[in-house]
Amino acid sequence: MDDLKSKYLDLIGNAADEATLEDLRVQAVGKKGEISLQMRSLGKMTPEERQVAGPALNALKDEINAALAAKKMALGDATLDERLKAEWLDVTLPARDRRVGSIHPVSQVWEECTAIFADMGFATAEGPQIDTDWYNFDALNIPGHHPARAEMDTFYMHREEGDDRPPHVLRTHTSPVQIRSMEAQGAPIRIICPGRVYRADYDQTHTPMFHQVEGLAIDKNLSMANLKWVLEEFFTAYFGTTVKTRFRASHFPFTEPSAEVDIQCSFSGGTVKVGEGDDWLEVLGSGMVHPKVLQAGGIDPNEYQGFAFGMGIDRIAMLKYGIPDLRAFFESDLRWLRHYGFSALQVPTVHGG
Amino acid sequence: MKFTLSWLKSHLDTDASVDEICDTLTDLGLEVEGVENPAAKLSDFVIGKVTAAEKHPDADKLRVCTVDAGEGPTQIICGAPNAREGITVVVAKPGTYIPGLDITISVGKIRGIESFGMMASEKELELSDEHNGIIELPAGEIGQSFADYLAEHDPSKVDPVIEIAITPNRPDALGVRGVARDLAARGIGVMKPRDVDVVPASFASSVSVTIEEDAKSDVPVFFGRLIKGVKNGPSPDWLQQQLRAIGLRPISFLVDVTNWFTYDLNRPLHVFDADKISGNALRLHRAKGGETLVGLDEKEYTFPEGAIVLSDAEGPESIGGVMGGLRTGCTEDTVNVFVEAAYFDPIRTAYTGRALKLNSDARYRFERGIDPAFTPEGLEHAVRMIVDIAGGEASEVVQSGAIPDTSRSYKLDTDRCSSLVGMDIPADTQRETLTALGFVMDGDMARVPSWRPDVQGEADLVEEVARIASLSNLKPVPMPRVRAGVPAPVLTPMQKRLQLARRTTAALGYNECVTYSFIDQASATLFGGGTDVTMLANPISSEMSHMRPALLPGLLQAASRNQARGQSNLALFEAGDAFHGGEPTEQHSLVTGILVGKTGPKDVHGASRDVDIFDAKADAEAILSAMGAPSKVQILRGAGDVWHPGRHGMICLGPKKVLGIFGEIHPKILTALDVKGPVVGFVLFPEQIPMPKNATVNRGAVSVPDLQAVERDFAFVMDASVDALTAKNAAAGADKALIENVRIFDEFIGGNLGEGKKSLAMTVRLQPSNVTLKEAEIEAVSAKIIEKVTKATGGTLRG
Repeated sequence: MDDLKSKYLDLIGNAADEATLEDLRVQAVGKKGEISLQMRSLGKMTPEERQVAGPALNALKDEINAALAAKKMALGDATLDERLKAEWLDVTLPARDRRVGSIHPVSQVWEECTAIFADMGFATAEGPQIDTDWYNFDALNIPGHHPARAEMDTFYMHREEGDDRPPHVLRTHTSPVQIRSMEAQGAPIRIICPGRVYRADYDQTHTPMFHQVEGLAIDKNLSMANLKWVLEEFFTAYFGTTVKTRFRASHFPFTEPSAEVDIQCSFSGGTVKVGEGDDWLEVLGSGMVHPKVLQAGGIDPNEYQGFAFGMGIDRIAMLKYGIPDLRAFFESDLRWLRHYGFSALQVPTVHGG
Repeated sequence: MKFTLSWLKSHLDTDASVDEICDTLTDLGLEVEGVENPAAKLSDFVIGKVTAAEKHPDADKLRVCTVDAGEGPTQIICGAPNAREGITVVVAKPGTYIPGLDITISVGKIRGIESFGMMASEKELELSDEHNGIIELPAGEIGQSFADYLAEHDPSKVDPVIEIAITPNRPDALGVRGVARDLAARGIGVMKPRDVDVVPASFASSVSVTIEEDAKSDVPVFFGRLIKGVKNGPSPDWLQQQLRAIGLRPISFLVDVTNWFTYDLNRPLHVFDADKISGNALRLHRAKGGETLVGLDEKEYTFPEGAIVLSDAEGPESIGGVMGGLRTGCTEDTVNVFVEAAYFDPIRTAYTGRALKLNSDARYRFERGIDPAFTPEGLEHAVRMIVDIAGGEASEVVQSGAIPDTSRSYKLDTDRCSSLVGMDIPADTQRETLTALGFVMDGDMARVPSWRPDVQGEADLVEEVARIASLSNLKPVPMPRVRAGVPAPVLTPMQKRLQLARRTTAALGYNECVTYSFIDQASATLFGGGTDVTMLANPISSEMSHMRPALLPGLLQAASRNQARGQSNLALFEAGDAFHGGEPTEQHSLVTGILVGKTGPKDVHGASRDVDIFDAKADAEAILSAMGAPSKVQILRGAGDVWHPGRHGMICLGPKKVLGIFGEIHPKILTALDVKGPVVGFVLFPEQIPMPKNATVNRGAVSVPDLQAVERDFAFVMDASVDALTAKNAAAGADKALIENVRIFDEFIGGNLGEGKKSLAMTVRLQPSNVTLKEAEIEAVSAKIIEKVTKATGGTLRG
């Protein structure tokens, strides 16, 4: 029996392919195989003989089967290895092209502002871009003869002959949204108003359309000191570094007192760095809302007071992301969009920055 | 508003430096826009003495000079005719920048001999146009800074010029004295007195003035004095220098006086040549409209109705508050001058100036509001100066009308500064500040000075107090949250919808653009706009004349520009507003994208192909889905001329509820906008998507049956013009409970199907929910599907 075992194990070990292996299987443990025939002879043995030979034959059969299976797997692996070897590819070839989109810096910064101010309780209000001169001027304490009207480089809409209403304007600031929001929801109120605004001016630093975000907070006892805190919190969150502000007295018809606000920065080597250095950069106008403006919005100035501010979205985008030319924002040059754009999933959040 | 430091110091006694003054002005709200300090560019020049001068051996006109400029004898070659031994000169050492030549001087050899610097002429230092020789100084110590020498001996040459921006509320700061007053209130110096030594009247004026009744509201008061026997001519040097320093051209003394008082005391004046006044009677009246006048600027102006005119017997001779007339203006030959100081109403002046499109220093000041109470005193100052410098004798004062009463008082609530601004300023300090600004305190009441028309309420008093105290002292105070805890979401559903649309579109590979809201009329017209209602009255250019009716033209123009720069495959989008009219309510939100060229650059995988409308459709559906649009929609045609008539679809909820349009852009549009095709795109209308009826975020339980789903394929032959969606919907309707979805997977046109026929193949997926489907049930559903589809499409099951 030992001869039989070593004979078959040798043969199996030397089998070159699966066909040979199958022949060996039939030869050894097939129905008429050598081992099967020997097992048939068990019936002719005495019970004593059978007790010895039976288990031995079964063990032999198991051993041969195991050897067959192992060899079969080894042969299979070799075949697979051969195939895989043949399936080599130049993996340095370029991947399938996938278009990559982008979000415009104006939209990105718009959402950054929304996220930061939302954390301080400011909702986002929007309004029409073509507005009446009442909302754009009169309600904001800029009467018809006010020099500020002439200084605003206002775009006016065409008026049909016979339509005696004053011409509508392309809003020169997002402040009309403040009035509309106060009318709609009264006080207390906290809103920011981002949006497109228009002024008839075009040069290196001015485009006839740009974006502003205004803020308005009205309550019983808000002061200019709160305004300073809100702005410093905003700039610190927005620029990701502690930013100090400097308030300078100024004048806007819709606020009183009014202040121009500078942020701390350094100018060196032609670049501006916010939040460091000894220089100041003017970034926004602000102040305590003028009692006449509160009245125009239907809010009692004897009961409520608050502040308002406005800054350029494009401008703070340029400052944060080092974008040199405002005009390029609106030219849609693909190279510019790709360079300054943001990934679709890079949604600004307060927790993620 | 420009002035020089010495001019300021004629009103303000101060030792403050230019820097300190400028920083303070900016902080006070009189923002410094620029400082021109001539001393700065002269600071490197030093005074030297020529100790020897010999002829250059190789040049007749050059001299080899030995100059001591504080560092021992130095050799300098000089070509100036006056370069000689013994004179005191201005030396530029090597390394010094010469402003008049725009070079930095260095050590050099001139005809073989070394020269260590140069001696400067006035022109080279930009002090004057003098260039006939180098500067010779009557005094000066060797080695002394030339800037210091000038400050000591000829200060007007190094007088810094400060330019400030004046906000419209501060007419008082349009005169140097008003600027000084703000600085004094802050503690930068002390105001100098401004008393006028009134010229005694020698005779009664032969010129009379009347203000007509209906003009009195617009020109309430007029003062004038006639001065006889003046000698006009060039102004004294100091006056010429001050005017030049602020950019005004000296003309003649009498004219210069009016300009000088305009800037010095914010008191615009006018001088008439009395001998040219016809009839000796001046009349202030409202223009009927249409009268004409040639102004001092020699241009003709036609009066609008209601403008204030000053006329004599011959007709108009002055535009009240704006500009005098040429006919009666003063010249070098004027001997008898009539000096006018009047008060013109700001609003009237603004309207007149605007109607005439005429900007003048007078208009600028009158429309902002000068000090009416100062009118007579201002006149006396001017008369005194004229008589002192040009001689002559002055008449009695001619007055018409009365100074308007602007007196008013407001209560100073000293707590208000703390509650409104958040600065704690002692009550005494607040009162002192107002007093320094010219307010008169009477108990709690503050009487407003006549030169501050901007102060119109209690809040203005707070503003003045805080401004003078300096807002830079403001300390931030946290603003409490509306309620404690996590802030509530603030975006509206529409804002969220647009944000999702924007980010989904970018995620689909589109680059977001922000294009102008105004476009040219031709492009606007192509997209249904370009009419007068959306036209700007004063566009900045013809390229930006009309509000955009759609976002497509802006994107297609952007595509054209990019193509010109060699970018041929583009995916651009914009999310923004378009305008269907000129009223505030007539704007609507759009999300628009275009695909241009190929799906990508040609590549080893052969994946690059022309973009087609099913790319646009897939993206449109994905974005609509992100915005919460229902998936069950109709696709209709007929969206208009912008689209290829056979290759576009409107995604609709019913015929009037269009959520979006996708398709190929009409070739004519591409030609008009100079874009190379193919271009496909989509336009989505976010506001048309219904808002979810209930706001719950709960999604209910998911249904995931364990039972095996069964798929069956069908092919139908029908007319090629039948919509696939019709077949699909018909199949889906055969058993709504059992049929999970229907997918069209093949369209075949032509072959042996016959002309105008197509074959559509679809897979129907059946999902039982209770018991496994038996073959008979599947057969039954299949039969129903075939019946429904053939009925709906007029087709037949393909054998």
